[in-house]
Amino acid sequence: MDDIDRWRRSGHKVALARVVDIEGSGPRLPGASMAVAETGEVAGSVSGGCVEGAVVSEALDILSTGERRLVTFGYSDDEAFAVGLTCGGTIHLFIEPLDW
Amino acid sequence: MPDSIYELWREAVNDHRPVALATIIEGENLGAKLIVGDGIDSQGTLGDLDLDRVVLRDTIGELAGGRSGIRHYGPHGEAREDAVSIFIESFAPPPHMLIFGAVDFTGALVKVAKVVGYRVTVCDAREVFATKRRFPNADEVVVDWPHRHLEKVGDRLGQRDAVCVLTHDHKFDVPAIQAALATDVGYLGAMGSRRTCEERLERLAQAGADMEQVSARLHAPIGLDLGGRTPEETAIAICAEVIAARTGRVSSSLSDTTGSIH
Repeated sequence: MDDIDRWRRSGHKVALARVVDIEGSGPRLPGASMAVAETGEVAGSVSGGCVEGAVVSEALDILSTGERRLVTFGYSDDEAFAVGLTCGGTIHLFIEPLDW
Repeated sequence: MPDSIYELWREAVNDHRPVALATIIEGENLGAKLIVGDGIDSQGTLGDLDLDRVVLRDTIGELAGGRSGIRHYGPHGEAREDAVSIFIESFAPPPHMLIFGAVDFTGALVKVAKVVGYRVTVCDAREVFATKRRFPNADEVVVDWPHRHLEKVGDRLGQRDAVCVLTHDHKFDVPAIQAALATDVGYLGAMGSRRTCEERLERLAQAGADMEQVSARLHAPIGLDLGGRTPEETAIAICAEVIAARTGRVSSSLSDTTGSIH
């Protein structure tokens, strides 16, 4: 939260990614969150490091469009998910601009 | 100007006050929020008064249980519909571990319990031993008889909390265990050799303790059977037992079992 305060004081936009659901095994519980500044700086984590890189690019995209959305990562039957969790689970994240 | 929802959330979390946030993550008004907490009357709206009312009620319930997760509603808060998905995020203050007895094992248990996320109190009636200097990692060091301290704070203990009796001195631990059994504390354990533990059971019976409660709730000798010896290893065995008691698992190595990990 100190990082978020610092980024906002410097006038940078911030996106917040929060784990809202987990299927199967996952290292972090719902409520785990990660903040991404428009500069690309990061605080917190939403997994054991498996999907953080992909979350940063999603978050930066959401900051530029302003469109909040649900994002899913994990090994599932759907091959559309390019980024997987080594623990074999699926996580659902809600990523939104911190404009509230 | 009223504080933003984020400011209210941030201040509550910084002050360790319970707070919960409900956010629409699927459906109309994506991202709309309601916040409620200790010292915060509900603020914000999900865009529909009926939906607000139902979600507020559920959010207060989830906060009381310290739970976070998704719930589904109709557009006006109807049950068994799923037009709207709402993520309710609860921030509950850390669980509390009360350690009775300022002995050698106590310092190690304080450290491990802090790593696991407990707020830790050390309590001992002997003021030379119960000092902040000896237990710098404890959140609180109290000089008092354990059972008297429990009479003061016992009604605040719940299922997420733990009481560890390390005094291994019957004159302290028998009344402490009786006082702990009168609370809703989720985990109760007492240290001692097998012989000490047997003697303690006899003394508890003589003191008029409810022996059914004792056998259902008291973990003694305290800790999982990890075979360790040092205070640090013992502290890990104790915290591991606290976790297993909470999850209801019989603890074995994951490599010896099959099935889901969590």
